[in-house]
Amino acid sequence: MSKLKTYLKHPFSFILLVLIGICAFITVASILFIIFFIVFKGVPNLSADLFSFTYNSKNVSMLPSIFNTIFITFGTLLIAVPIGIFSAVYLVEYTKKGSKLTKVIRVTTETLAGIPSIVFGLFGFLAFVISLGWGYSLIAGILTLVLMVLPTIIRTTEEALLAVPDTYREGSFGLGAGKLRTIFKIILPSATPGILSGVILAIGRIVGESAALIFTAGTVANTATGLLSSARTLSVHLYCLLTEGLYTEQAYATAVILLLLVVVINAVSNFAAKKIAKV
Amino acid sequence: MKVKENLMKYIFLLCACISILAVVIICLFIFVNGVPAIGEVGIVKFIFGTHWKPSSNEFGIFPMIVASIYVTAGAIIIGVPIGLLTAIYLAMYCPVKVYKIVKPLINLLASVPSVVYGFFCLVVVVPVIQNLTHTSGKGILTTSILLGIMILPTIISTAESSIRAVPSMYYEGALALGATKERSIMKTVVPAAKSGIMSGVILSVGRAIGETMAVVMVAGNQAIMPNSITSGVRTLTSNIVMEMGYATGMHRDALIGTAVVLFVFILLINICFSLVVRKKEK
Repeated sequence: MSKLKTYLKHPFSFILLVLIGICAFITVASILFIIFFIVFKGVPNLSADLFSFTYNSKNVSMLPSIFNTIFITFGTLLIAVPIGIFSAVYLVEYTKKGSKLTKVIRVTTETLAGIPSIVFGLFGFLAFVISLGWGYSLIAGILTLVLMVLPTIIRTTEEALLAVPDTYREGSFGLGAGKLRTIFKIILPSATPGILSGVILAIGRIVGESAALIFTAGTVANTATGLLSSARTLSVHLYCLLTEGLYTEQAYATAVILLLLVVVINAVSNFAAKKIAKV
Repeated sequence: MKVKENLMKYIFLLCACISILAVVIICLFIFVNGVPAIGEVGIVKFIFGTHWKPSSNEFGIFPMIVASIYVTAGAIIIGVPIGLLTAIYLAMYCPVKVYKIVKPLINLLASVPSVVYGFFCLVVVVPVIQNLTHTSGKGILTTSILLGIMILPTIISTAESSIRAVPSMYYEGALALGATKERSIMKTVVPAAKSGIMSGVILSVGRAIGETMAVVMVAGNQAIMPNSITSGVRTLTSNIVMEMGYATGMHRDALIGTAVVLFVFILLINICFSLVVRKKEK
């Protein structure tokens, strides 16, 4: 009752309270609406045809695109993860805080993180597809994505390394271990959950990416046969289905699978994050 | 032993330099290819020209610049108030049980691929706008709604964490002075969290202006000056993605020039961002 009286005296506070409620509702409602809409429209359109091993214009299979997504994800991680982890190790373990090189690297990773994916795509197109003459190819897409996810991996690994207590390092040095041994046997293992969550974030970005891939890995709908063959990932597949305009039902089904992938990746990353909190 | 230690140190250093190298090479490729094209068209004619007709060698990207600014502004107008108030709800009102469900949902929203957003907007929002305004449904308004939803997670998570970082004494002090809960939040907590909220807004400007695939699907893509809120537009990013596949010669260079302009926008946004963050650290 007293609350009601206060609000009667202060109508603006009441209006604000209502607005806050409405906005929170809008946010949650739009999330749920997007998810349920895609699921309800997509699930009935799933059929065995959509998972045939080869793509043709009759079955519009997405299985080859799923394989390609896996290839590109693994390829990108294979290159980006070691580079990213090593960069972070250098930044955290070998430089003093506030050194010039650290600053330069920090500014460049921030810049790299802010570049829109279409600019990465354009760069990949100019550099790998045209200048190096690889044409639309898996490797051109992979290298473009490496540059794109590198900042994510560097930043999360850096944070994970900084969170390792100095006593670990001192203990290891005290037992006579060298710096390298300390890094590989002590620091990196205890930073693993943090690094993992960065890697998972990167996977999410790779799976969802389309603008950077369309002019680098190209849009061939069948499973890639080698590093130089063109291939579309699931996101690009969805985009192509929509622009062709003939396959709305299949597009719904593809969107559901894509959404499912993202949910799974998200759940795994939440799980990893919880593990960090425990450590 | 010593050799191995040193060798690995240089390998680490080398890896750390790769990101510097990447930025330099990307800038080189875009600027070396794009700037001469802008020079050839004439910088004023390129940036302020209102006609984009590659077939008759007219390369004016002013409509695209205006479109990018319009849809970004629209996204901010829609996304920021909703995002900020949601963040206030999450930080100050939300019961723990609800929070445990809502927060992961918002994180999920952040990782939904942009094609899925575009697709959703194409099949849901476009028909609604079509019926309401009796136009094609694709245009500034639809794109602003789309981008407004897409930037929500960024705004919410940055605003929420900066609101939570405000010392609770501020809020309690205001309450003790007899202000209502809402007044205390608006007059003490939000102003104290201002720079964190600003950095979130700048981040989302970057995201909105750089968004491509979702925008291509719902913006209409006419390369003409927009004359109303529902007219179809083509942004800088969609200009690149639509024509890069078949462009050759001068046309291709003009598209790279478009990327140069986009890049300059992004660099400006980055500078604003680091200024705000630095101010916050002080």
